[in-house]
Amino acid sequence: MKNRLETAHPYMANSVPAIKEAMLRVIGVAGIEDLFEQIPAEHRLKSPLDLPPALPSENELRRHVLENLRRNETCEENLSFIGGGCWQHHVPAVCDEIAGRAEMMTSVWGTPYSDHGRSQAWFEFASLLGELVGCEVVGQPVYSWGYAAGHAIRMAARLTGRRQVLLPRLIDPERLSVIRNLCEPLEMASHIEIVEIGFNDETGLLDLADLEAKLSDRTAAVYFDCPSHLGLIESRGAEIAALARRHGAETIVGVDPISLGVLAAPPVYGADIVVGPMQPLGIHMNTGGGVGGFIATRDEARYVHEYPTLLISAARTPHDEWAFALSCAHQTSYGLREEGKDWTGNSVNNWAIVNAVYLALMGPEGMREVGELIVQRANYAARRLAGIDGVALRFSGPVFKEFVLDYAGTGKSVAAVNEGLRRHGIFGGRGLGEMGSGFESCALTCVTEIHSQADIDRFAEALVAEAAR
Amino acid sequence: MTEATKQSKLRRYHAARWDEPVIHEMGHPGRRGAVFSQAEEGVRAAVGDAADLIPEAMRRREAPALPEMDEYDVLRHFIHLSQQTLGMMGISLFGTCTMKYNSRLMEGLTARPEVRAVHPHQDEDTMQGTLAMIHGLDRILRALSGMDRFVFQAGGGADAAYTHCCVTRAYHASRGELEQRDEIVTTIQTHPCNAATAATAGFKVVTLMIEENGYPSLDALKAAVSNRTAALMINDPDDMGVYNPEIREWVRIVHEAGGLCFYDHANFNGVMGKLRARELGFDACMYMLHKTFGAPKGNGPAVGAYGCTEALAPFLPSPLVVEDEGRYRLDRDRPQSVGKIREFWGNVPVILKAYAWARAMGEAGIDEASDLSVLANNYMEKGLLAIPGVTKSQPHLTQRRLEMTRYSVGKLQEETGIGIFDIANRMVDFGIDAPWLAHEPWLVPEPFTPEAGELWSKEDIDQWIAVLAEVAREAREEPETVKTAPHNQVVHAFDPAPLEDPDHWAMTWRAWQRKHRKGKHD
Repeated sequence: MKNRLETAHPYMANSVPAIKEAMLRVIGVAGIEDLFEQIPAEHRLKSPLDLPPALPSENELRRHVLENLRRNETCEENLSFIGGGCWQHHVPAVCDEIAGRAEMMTSVWGTPYSDHGRSQAWFEFASLLGELVGCEVVGQPVYSWGYAAGHAIRMAARLTGRRQVLLPRLIDPERLSVIRNLCEPLEMASHIEIVEIGFNDETGLLDLADLEAKLSDRTAAVYFDCPSHLGLIESRGAEIAALARRHGAETIVGVDPISLGVLAAPPVYGADIVVGPMQPLGIHMNTGGGVGGFIATRDEARYVHEYPTLLISAARTPHDEWAFALSCAHQTSYGLREEGKDWTGNSVNNWAIVNAVYLALMGPEGMREVGELIVQRANYAARRLAGIDGVALRFSGPVFKEFVLDYAGTGKSVAAVNEGLRRHGIFGGRGLGEMGSGFESCALTCVTEIHSQADIDRFAEALVAEAAR
Repeated sequence: MTEATKQSKLRRYHAARWDEPVIHEMGHPGRRGAVFSQAEEGVRAAVGDAADLIPEAMRRREAPALPEMDEYDVLRHFIHLSQQTLGMMGISLFGTCTMKYNSRLMEGLTARPEVRAVHPHQDEDTMQGTLAMIHGLDRILRALSGMDRFVFQAGGGADAAYTHCCVTRAYHASRGELEQRDEIVTTIQTHPCNAATAATAGFKVVTLMIEENGYPSLDALKAAVSNRTAALMINDPDDMGVYNPEIREWVRIVHEAGGLCFYDHANFNGVMGKLRARELGFDACMYMLHKTFGAPKGNGPAVGAYGCTEALAPFLPSPLVVEDEGRYRLDRDRPQSVGKIREFWGNVPVILKAYAWARAMGEAGIDEASDLSVLANNYMEKGLLAIPGVTKSQPHLTQRRLEMTRYSVGKLQEETGIGIFDIANRMVDFGIDAPWLAHEPWLVPEPFTPEAGELWSKEDIDQWIAVLAEVAREAREEPETVKTAPHNQVVHAFDPAPLEDPDHWAMTWRAWQRKHRKGKHD
């Protein structure tokens, strides 16, 4: 005997016996089961689903979810210095208000008329971000920074007809893994070879001699991050781009957009394709569920025709109104299936709207202020913490908001230091063991505009205590 | 006219029309929407000016040309834009997307710091509540599918299809057969993301066409599979509502050839609680948490939950959430894993919303929902086919369709010259979201595909049908009204064709200014 609902369910308007009977009468069948006639009996479920008990009462469901959530600890009650692809920044309240608007949240595709406002917000995302990154074309978002980089590399491979990318040895391993999958394994005929560029062991910056040695007419693209995964401002961007251009390769730069009130927009130093993360611009960390990525280029048809994303163009109606609609949609997988540019699907478009809100609130002055505040406080923290006995800065290059602390001198592992810090209500930077040899005792430490001098000093005092324990 | 349409009075809707400027046209020099304090004196004393901390060559010289607005103007602008967005505020029966109620409880709970202000690299001990619920959803999806393990890293349904392609590569590579197995078989009625992700992953794509029965024949499948077959990627039912009853035989044939079988369960709503992917023989499947499992769409953030058998589990992306005697942890020590599909471990708020939806529904609720979805679709069919000029795909297939049916206004177009795009543009004048049409290539002329699901009331469905009946009447009696639609929307009709022209398109304000500033809109 099937387990049936006892009352109508709040999520289902027609879960009322009289309504179901009326609908069945119109169809002209005796029971709902008759409507499943296409499915052979032997395909049907034989045993119950064995699901946990239903909680149709919001009262009880709320209690259950809340009981679980209360087992979490947050970066609000603790002081966190964890970064590395997901960062704690200030999120203006207006961003949350718009992110939660029911119309935006429930929009699916719509048309340029029915969902005009949403389409305009998408266009404004591209427009505002375009000003920040210095590009005339910005695609609608992809899933993450790693995806943005991977798609950009694939764009470069199609543009150049070459199948090799050079990228930094010190790239984020998570991002690299996403890129590796998009570059395909060796067995695939369309595999893109990944060659790592070494780094200067003192500064942490790219080793340009190594880059030059590895560049050739087989290279489709040179990819690098600025700031880098380990927080360093790559000071020789123009030289890197010039080297790539000399060999006919595209330059792809991954950039943290919150740095761009104070750092040069990548095309200024020669980037052809700009990619990066969306999360810093008004999106909460969301336990990692705040990530998203963008792709931007010059407005040239050869680039535009390689985008795997949705593209929204402005237009005017005959009634002198603004309108916004898809452009070049046919080149996507929706138009061409396997012949399309990679693939297109649901992405993180609601975050694009939040990015637009954030950049509109910030304006040019807000972006400058936040950039200055971050770079000053991060540098203060780097110096203050590296002054602690047994703690050192791993690299001497200029930093923006993250830096690498080496705990080797304390004789303690990163895990042991962080465990100690937690007793002070502090989440220390994440260990960099995944980066390989030479990084076992290192921690990537993140300081943003939300960290006051007092917070940093508190971290320093706790670290002094833990280093000496 | 059916009884339903007679009873349903058309609403006199009009969209909000704010004549809202593009944001770059707004603001005034000097206005501020967000301010930050200067760094503390101690900080400045220690490190000096920000400019001196940045290598000269990398300093920004020219401020970004962002608008300068006060906080309220920004709020108001985006509220206006949201008011100019229909979303689900009218009636949206957008086929293949399974429009559902998105519980406001979970919007509220996932806005709490226990979700928002958590970093995915925190110590596992500080995330036990979230991990417990992720594991709970894994268990629920295992029960629904018969699979052994789920992962939530994929950022959407297409990304879950891509996950399958990556797992397929790793599986065949582990057996030394990847070079040989370079083909993925799919069908023309399977979502294009399957073909597209297979191609992106480096496979050749073999696409089978549907035949007389509404699905490709076993003979066509047998001719397509070989020792080059890496996998089958298929949905069932398809988005015409046709269920392939030979699916078990399909799986057997592909397995016999050495390929894996992936069940794209995007169209799960009509069969959830009715059948299990694993019991049909599939090795893997995926569910869209932002569709079937009640989380909002908004074109993402989304989650494609990917599940597979024990045999494929070692290849799943890392990390996986595992339970050890009541404690949850993230297992990263998985040497055969494909690594990362996407950074971190999924859009956590979406996963939690899906968990709560499944708990709110329970077994009886899920069973009721698939019942109601199929009931609503068959109820709709009665009303829609009563409209002159509307036909359904494959009319010779007489068995009841599942949760969706593909219709055509090809006949109406022949008779009136009014096609589905005109009709869609007119329907939005009544507060009805434009219907889903069909993926390319169109297999029936002038298609549309509504999906009522379990959310929308009988009254909503009646209203939807009544609106289409009214637009079809207009097509015959006052065609200009339809051809020049919309009339009650935010903006009027325009020609999108120039947006394909590089000299005309403008994806940013900068590009617009360069290309059109000297035009008449200056």
